[in-house]
Order: sequence, then structure tokens, then C-alpha cells
Amino acid sequence: MTNHPSLPIIENFSRRAAVKGAFATLGAGAFVAAISPLRQAAKNTTAAEFMQQHYTELSPEQKDEVIARLEAETKEKYGADVTIGDDRPIPGTKFVYAINLSVCNGNGKCVEACHQENNHDRATNQSYIRVLEMPKGTMDMEQGSTTYSGVVPKDDKFYLPVQCQQCDEPPCVDVCPVKATWKEEDGIVVVDYNWCIGCRYCEAACPYHARRFNWKEPEVPAKEVNPDQSYLSNRIRPVGVVEKCTYCLHRTRRGKLPACLEACPTGARVFGNILDKDSNIRWILQNKRVYILKEELGTKPAFFYYFD
Amino acid sequence: MPRIANLIFAGILCVIASMIVAAVLQSGFRADSHTGRADASQFIQEGIETQRNLRLAAEGTESQETPFPVIVRKPIGPPRIELAGTDPQGRTGSVACSTCHSVRKPNLENKTVATLDEFHQGMEFSHGKVACYACHNPKDSDSLRLADGTSVAYQDVMTMCAQCHSKQAESFANGAHGGMNGHWDLSRGPQMKNNCIDCHDPHAPSYPKMIVGFKPKDRFNAPVEDHHDEKLEVKK
Repeated sequence: MTNHPSLPIIENFSRRAAVKGAFATLGAGAFVAAISPLRQAAKNTTAAEFMQQHYTELSPEQKDEVIARLEAETKEKYGADVTIGDDRPIPGTKFVYAINLSVCNGNGKCVEACHQENNHDRATNQSYIRVLEMPKGTMDMEQGSTTYSGVVPKDDKFYLPVQCQQCDEPPCVDVCPVKATWKEEDGIVVVDYNWCIGCRYCEAACPYHARRFNWKEPEVPAKEVNPDQSYLSNRIRPVGVVEKCTYCLHRTRRGKLPACLEACPTGARVFGNILDKDSNIRWILQNKRVYILKEELGTKPAFFYYFD
Repeated sequence: MPRIANLIFAGILCVIASMIVAAVLQSGFRADSHTGRADASQFIQEGIETQRNLRLAAEGTESQETPFPVIVRKPIGPPRIELAGTDPQGRTGSVACSTCHSVRKPNLENKTVATLDEFHQGMEFSHGKVACYACHNPKDSDSLRLADGTSVAYQDVMTMCAQCHSKQAESFANGAHGGMNGHWDLSRGPQMKNNCIDCHDPHAPSYPKMIVGFKPKDRFNAPVEDHHDEKLEVKK
């Protein structure tokens, strides 16, 4: 025992060994520092979620796995049994929206319907729709105000509901650094909430202020969770990602009308397939005075406003 | 110098080795969490898929030939008047228009509520300057009358409205006027539409004013006073 020192003292401590040891420590330290964001991330996201591929690169089996995982997570976090579909565009459709501004009275029922349909955070009353109270004589939405209240419509105002215009040249898609948002064949601009990094470039790029950022984890009571969900649409979004109106693709790709349209008590909203030449949308475009917002930007919206 | 090169090489080896170890650990963890969750919910998912496939198959066969209809709601029938008082047996009830009007002589001139001296006193009327009997049928008070004298049932009130409001009727027929529910795609399901008098009171047809209820609490729009309100509410 006496031959061995009680503590592991390195005997014949050479300069070489010292430098070796220093570099090894440095390397190990650098590695720990490099993976530390992963350890942070592990608290908020499961490994499976972290390793998930981009939506467009998922195989059908992977999609099933992802959707099963998301359904289980919703059950765990919100206590609600939901079914998350993977609704794909119907061949031969391009969705177009039109709003009759002569009829809209700014009552805001569409805003509320969107809030409930799309499982928005209850505390902030989040919604994809803003109704702007506009002075008569202009279509410049920047002159509108969303803070009006009381009895509507007011005599010297008209009301302009604004939501995602599903542009044919979407600036939000162009600026996304990770391609987490794209335009699908039926014209709907979608977001893969699990691929979005939350940089909010798209929010800044959208001239219609149509995108929303999840500042906090949405809080929705289990009873109020809409169980008819879709991966690219109204499933409950994670915190820190951008979201937007999807023309309720979980409804419209199943042939139904969007929730905001069904909620409108004035019947101002019209929705349809512009590729169908007998559709109501085609009739409006041919017979009414039709406007688009911020035409000069060349975004080519699939959203029309008309007066009659 | 070669010594330092060796040291750097050793250091890099060290880093690579530890990265591989970490990666292996990570993937092991990932596989674990995957199987655990996937097993539990796979059956549910399959159930949904089959349901959906069945539905799609059913639609595929039928929908092409027989698209679903656009159903326009209709009034249930001629209106009935609720009696204010009770009869000698103490019963209340409602009566048809013809109960009174079959024994009264119609005043074809009357245009306003103000000139009515007995019944329909509280009614609001602001529908241009048309006379009561421009729309109501003096010969059969349980039906309506078109401008050319043709009798029209209350259920077909839209025919009546369309005489003057042809622009709205045209828009309605083309799906550009009036609220709707159901499906945009008639090969997948029906569409339900309101009729004129669901939204417009025929005696005062301009759409009523409404009160804004729901407002998003947009960070950038919230007036400063709101903060105080919230605090007060918390205290209560």
C-alpha cells in the first residue's frame, strides 16, 4: 500500500501529457457545449418530434406514426380525443373566397367561428380573421381600424374582413428560410408547424398581416377542443411557430364550407372552386365589381371583395 | 511541430468518438419512445382510415350521377296570430289570418300602421310605400298575391320578393346572396340556404343593426386601459 499514493497523482508529469490532457478536456468541453441546445430542446420536444422529417418528405407510414403521436400528445396535454387527418388537395380544385362588402356589417361572428374551429388560444381570443372598420371611399386596408365596438354598421363606415388571401405569388413562402410553408395544388398556403423554426420572416413579409405567431402554448379547455383536425390545418399548434388561415382545409378538402362562412349571419361570404365554370365564384367574378387588396404588389390573391 | 499535430489529431479523434457515442444513445432513446406511442394509437388510426375509405368509396360510386341538392329553407306556412286574451273556457291559442279577415272588408288603400285603428298596432313597417294588399291577398288572407293577381302560398314567399328585388334574386340563384351551410362541393353533400325572410323581416326588410361581441385581444391593438381592467377583475 505504501508504494501507491492514496490519491491518483500523475507521476512524472510531463509537458506532453499536460498538453494532451488540456486538449482532451477542451474537446470534451466543446462537445458538451455543442450539444447543450439539444438537452434544452429535450425538455420541450420529444426525440421523435425533434427527428421528424419535413411533411412533404414523410412516407405514408411515417405520416401515420407522426399523426398517431400528435393525437396521443393532444390527449395527454389537453385531455381531448381528437382525430388528425391528412387532407390532401382534391384534384381539379382551386379554392377562391369572395366577400360582399355591401352586406358585411362588421359583427365579427366570423372571427369568433375561426377562433373556435381552429383551436385558438382562449385567453388571447386569437383568430385568423381581422375585421377592419374602414372609412368610405378607399380600399387601402392600412386605413382601417380593428378596435371598433358597439352597434354596427356605423353610417360612415364599411367593414373589411381580412384573412390569408392565399396568394398565387405568396411573399411569405418566398422568405421562409427552411421551406416550412408552401403553396399546395388547390391554392392553399400551408405551414408544417413541426418544421417551422419561428423566425417570423413570413409574418413580416405578408402585406395582409395574415400570419399569427404563437407567443404561448395555446390553452383550450378539453370540452372546447374541436376534434376534427388536420395535420396542416387546425391541430393545436406548438408554441413558437407561425400559423395562418388555411381556408379550413380540414373542412373544405372534405367538401364542406369554411367555418367563417357558415357563421356569417349576413351571408356576405362566398366560397367555391374557381376551376368549376358553373361555380358561384365564377359568376361573381363575371358579374360583380370585384376588388383585390394591394393589387399593386403583384401577390395575386385568391380572395376577392365585391360590392353590389 | 509534429508533436502538436499529433495532439490535435488525438483531440479531434476524441471529439468524434464522443459524438458517435452520443448519437447512438440518442437514436436508442428515439426508437424507445416511438414504439411505445405508436403501438398504443395504431389501432385507433386504422379504424379511422377504414371509416374514411368506406365513406369515400360510397361517395365515389353515387356522387358522380346524383349530386346533392341545394336546399332552400321554406317558411312552414301562413303565419298564425297569437291571441292576447283567453276564450270563455280559459284557453289561449293562435288563429289563422282568415279567422278575422274573411269577415272583414279589406281596405286596399292602407299603407301604414298609423291608419290601422284596431289590430296590428305594434307592428313596425318600413318597406317603401307599398300598400298592405300589394303583397297580401285580399281574396284569400292565408296566401300572398303577386302584382299580376296570381295567388302565391306563404311557403313560396321568395317568388313574391323576386318581383321587385330581381337583382338580389339573381345573385341568390347564383350563390352570391344569402347565408348558407353545408357543402360547397355538391358531389359530397347538400347545401342549405336561407330564404329571404330568414334574414329580412318582410315588413321592415333592412338588415338589423348588430352589436360586436367577440374581439381578438391583439397585443398591438389593446388600449392601455385594458390592463387596469384586468387587474381589477383579478382583485375581485
